[in-house]
Amino acid sequence: MKLLTLATATAVAGMVAATGAQAQTLQQVKDRGNLICGINTGLVGFAFTDAEGNWQGFDVAVCKAVAAAIFGDASKVEYKPLTGKTRFSALSSGEVDVLSRNSTWTFSRDTDLKLEFVGVNYYDGQGFIVPKALGVTSALELDGATICIQTGTTTELNLADYFRANNMSYEPVPIETESEAKQKFLANACDAYTTDASGLAASRSSYPTPTDYVILPEIISKEPLGPAVRQGDDDWGDVVRWVLNSLIVAEEYGVTKDNVEEMASAAGDKPEVNRLLGTEGEYGAMINLPADWAVKVISSVGNYGELFDEYLGPNTPVGLERGLNALYTDGGILYAPPFR
Amino acid sequence: MSVVTNPDAPTFRLDMLWRDERYRSGFIQAITMIILMLVVAWLVNNTVQNLAALGKDFNFSFLWQPAGYDINQQLIPYRSTDSNARAALVGIINTLVVAGLGCITATVLGIIAGVARLSKNWLIAKLMTVYVEGFRNVPVLLWILLTATVVNESLPAPRAFRDLETGAVVATNRGIYIPRPLFESGWLVLLIIAALSIAGAVLFSRYTKRHQEATGSQLPELGNAVRWIIAGTVGLISGVVIANVLFTLLSFTPLEEGNTIIVALGSAASLVLALAVVRWAANAQVAGLMIIILVVPTVVFYFLLGRPITLEYPTLQGFNFQGGIQLRDSLIALWLALSLYTGAFIAEIVRAGILSVSHGQSEAAFALGLRPNRTMKLVILPQALRVIVPPLISQFLNLTKNSSLAIAVGYMDATGTLGGITLNQTGREMECILLLMGFYLVLSLLISLVMNIYNSHVRLVER
Amino acid sequence: MSGTHAETVAYVADTQYDPEPAPSSSTGPIAWMRESLFSSWTNAGLTILCIALIAWIVPAILEWAVFQSVWNAKSLSECREIIATRFGEGAHGACWAVINERFGQLLYGFYPADLRWRPDTAALLLVVALVPILFRTMRPLVYAMAGLIAVKVVFAIAWTLMGDDGMDFLLSPTTFVALVVGGLAFVFGSEAVKSKWLYFTLAYPLIAYFLLWGGLIFEPVRSSLFGGFLLTMIIGVTGIAGSLPIGILLALGRQSRLPVLKMVCVTFIEFIRGVPLITLLFVASTLLNYFLPPGTNFDLILRVLIMVTLFASAYMAEVVRGGLAALPRGQYEAADTLGLTYWQGMRLIILPQALKISIPGIVNTFIGLFKDTTLVAVIGLLDPLGLTNPIRSDANWNGIVWELYGFIALLFFICCWSMSRYSMLLEKRLRASDRR
Repeated sequence: MKLLTLATATAVAGMVAATGAQAQTLQQVKDRGNLICGINTGLVGFAFTDAEGNWQGFDVAVCKAVAAAIFGDASKVEYKPLTGKTRFSALSSGEVDVLSRNSTWTFSRDTDLKLEFVGVNYYDGQGFIVPKALGVTSALELDGATICIQTGTTTELNLADYFRANNMSYEPVPIETESEAKQKFLANACDAYTTDASGLAASRSSYPTPTDYVILPEIISKEPLGPAVRQGDDDWGDVVRWVLNSLIVAEEYGVTKDNVEEMASAAGDKPEVNRLLGTEGEYGAMINLPADWAVKVISSVGNYGELFDEYLGPNTPVGLERGLNALYTDGGILYAPPFR
Repeated sequence: MSVVTNPDAPTFRLDMLWRDERYRSGFIQAITMIILMLVVAWLVNNTVQNLAALGKDFNFSFLWQPAGYDINQQLIPYRSTDSNARAALVGIINTLVVAGLGCITATVLGIIAGVARLSKNWLIAKLMTVYVEGFRNVPVLLWILLTATVVNESLPAPRAFRDLETGAVVATNRGIYIPRPLFESGWLVLLIIAALSIAGAVLFSRYTKRHQEATGSQLPELGNAVRWIIAGTVGLISGVVIANVLFTLLSFTPLEEGNTIIVALGSAASLVLALAVVRWAANAQVAGLMIIILVVPTVVFYFLLGRPITLEYPTLQGFNFQGGIQLRDSLIALWLALSLYTGAFIAEIVRAGILSVSHGQSEAAFALGLRPNRTMKLVILPQALRVIVPPLISQFLNLTKNSSLAIAVGYMDATGTLGGITLNQTGREMECILLLMGFYLVLSLLISLVMNIYNSHVRLVER
Repeated sequence: MSGTHAETVAYVADTQYDPEPAPSSSTGPIAWMRESLFSSWTNAGLTILCIALIAWIVPAILEWAVFQSVWNAKSLSECREIIATRFGEGAHGACWAVINERFGQLLYGFYPADLRWRPDTAALLLVVALVPILFRTMRPLVYAMAGLIAVKVVFAIAWTLMGDDGMDFLLSPTTFVALVVGGLAFVFGSEAVKSKWLYFTLAYPLIAYFLLWGGLIFEPVRSSLFGGFLLTMIIGVTGIAGSLPIGILLALGRQSRLPVLKMVCVTFIEFIRGVPLITLLFVASTLLNYFLPPGTNFDLILRVLIMVTLFASAYMAEVVRGGLAALPRGQYEAADTLGLTYWQGMRLIILPQALKISIPGIVNTFIGLFKDTTLVAVIGLLDPLGLTNPIRSDANWNGIVWELYGFIALLFFICCWSMSRYSMLLEKRLRASDRR
């Protein structure tokens, strides 16, 4: 019996970690030796497991980048798969340090839910996909249609607003996971499937005959997806924000996974790159990170463009174009504040 | 009573609290009470502190704000501009619908499977064993997901009906459409007549029972010809029903593969059923007469009143079938999965109940010359029922609670609305989950209450 | 004597005739069929119906699952191509390749591959811990371990012949543990020393904790890496082990003569039994943090373990209460007459009998709990069912349904079915001992 008590005590002690949920998240992460990152339980291109059982994806890469900035090691992340229901409470209760789970930055989430969105890593919008055989070319022709919705983000509300505004009726079929929703759509149990446009493209890529389906031109909402942290710990917010910005700036200045070590070896002729890579100024110290934090970030995950190409780009099964997510210099709206 | 009371009562010592019988129970209870209150206070205090630290409050005003999302299955009118509370109510009604339907079908399935497992027919007994063991030993969530897949993938999409003549019942992978009754003037009269005939049938059955108890003969003593007429009528009605079902299946559901098999199975089933019906009706004239009492006045008045209730058939318009009642695929998948799963448990309960009745009882019944059917109905089942009902109640409760897994197939029950989208969109976890738990708790207690009343009704009255 | 007999009776048989065999109409397969398949018209119809049903379903399933299935492929589309080329366009076949590739993930979740011998060993030791409770001697353990080693040898040989490295598989720590444990059980396995093994059972939770989570000499493993069937086992076994003692206490509390204590227990039991497990899991995943002192942060798996244990103990309490109620009043009175205190009476007289009566119910609760562990998928824990989502989000396997669900269903069926078989065995044994 004593052994049992001892076992329980040890087990509980091992699993109950006292954390101050409010401030000094950075220090806690450093003390703990890993970053706890909330991710999706599975979304094509953004979060999935590979054959070896490692988490991969565009959202997961943000976690890796933050870990690389802090520890110089992108593998020091503990992933917590979260559902639409559990994600915000997991963040606010301190269960995860950062939430990188395709969450839309909205007014009420930023204010009422006490979250802080540090930026946008993917500009998305809600769209529709329909079978070509249906002969529909515009979302406005969907009056009376049955529509499968992947729930969890703001999808249901956007859809309700859109159909009400256009005075159309529809039959909503809300499904929690992408895989189930897609299965229903492919079986023609719904006429159209709606979720973020990135999700639609990703979903279509995996259909047996992708060419039989079209994504309708209407984008009915703005979905800026980005990582979020708890409100009230600005220092930690800064770390995540600037890690995200460093990915974008790196692409802007052509700093890649391959050339980052070389560029960081000595100060070059571009002052902003020098400040990014820590060869000029004390920028790392300002956010309590090592001077070469950005070097570690880029050498371990690559810049924004490389990440996009790896998980979402035209050469992946997902096959997304950059679109809005191109740099502002290339016609997109990706625009990181300067490193100065 | 010559208990010597000690006038100078023993001085109270502290250890008497747990050594002395008189104080011990009070002491233990007081301690329990104090610990309990401390724990509750501690929890409440923690919660208040945590909420304050997060800058959140605890209030239910979000319930009266617009929900903003739509719900497909709504038994009361609801729009996305209605409040969260109304959305929750729609969900609650949906929970009640699927739980109620599920309890009924699970009981029917369970009784059939339980009796069939004891069948002398080896093949049927074994098949039922496969069913019971298969469903009992695999998680219900998995069954729900699998059933949803079967419904969605095996039934045709509405589009497949585009150039086909459709009729009363249409089975698509978006649900099964059945005719909707339209009530026109005079329907109330018809309803009253139907109610009266039910009352008449009940009175008739009471009268026959009393007559049988008094005289021993079933009433009325009818000639063979009348018997066969009754049997024929009932057989005809069931034949028409079966033919209709078959016709619907064949002409309105373009199942290309397996059509022949359905025809074969359907014909075999109708043959068996017709045989059974004829035999049953020939044996039980009373039942046959009751059916006539029930059906004939209503049918006659239906036409006399100028058909006050008509049916609206579903027709394909645009993307979907319009008109009729749509039993959505999510409802059907959930309903089917819950019924099959719980039915397997009920089958075991029924089987155990039947086996609990001593073998001598059925032997005695056979010795009295009762046929197997009547032995089961009059001797075995009434006794088995006392064993069956209490565990049956807990199965109904389980089914109701398992219906909360509706979110897996997108059926918008209370968990899907109040505990799902409303929770997601308002971020009020504590309020939503507490309300949700409260609802299920009340529902469970109500079911227990109703079934306990019934249970005390059938309980063996002991000397 | 015989002479007189012969005079009075015309004929006496003086040899015993061999009995005639039963007429062919009442024995043999034909009679059996007539008796059990075609005893009446209705029965015959039903039989034909059943045969038609079987003839329709079984070949279709076999064709899909066995004859036209693919075991080696890198992605679903590759599977589809292989099936199309091998069995013709439009053929349906199972793509078991996904199970083949993700087998380790479905079993262990994200547990580091080189440390997977630790959960293996923990599972093996679980058997060791269970045998003294479940059986009368340690003999079954010897058979189990011998069987395990034999299976491993067969697989190792098969793999070596196929060109893979089978020796690694054979020379794993589990083999050595199995050898040691099997040997010990062989030598010290008699009924007399069996009770000594119970100390190991008591120590098992501690051993399992260190094996799974690490610590002491083992490299620590974070619980967020737990997943797959390993997670099912952890939740199931903890819930089962924890719910029994709590359930007994609750049942005793519910029977107590102290009104306050009784009220508390009744409220707890009825509350837990009145709400679905899924809402309790929501509480575990979203609300429990609010109820604890600010700054405490429980591991999600621990929170779920607590909730599942509480949930199961309420059901267990009702099963045990049934057992307590079934005992004749005289047993309680006998305990009082002997001058035993409440706890002595319970421990020595009431509980051993009450628990014996309620064993089938207890095992059923265990089976139910084991199946209910799948609900943790709804709150984002990656048990086998939860893992189907990230697996299907991999572009290679996007769109696979039946194979994953089928495999998981089979996994659960094997576990639950063997538990229910064991409970039937126990019931039979109990009935035999009651009949004395």
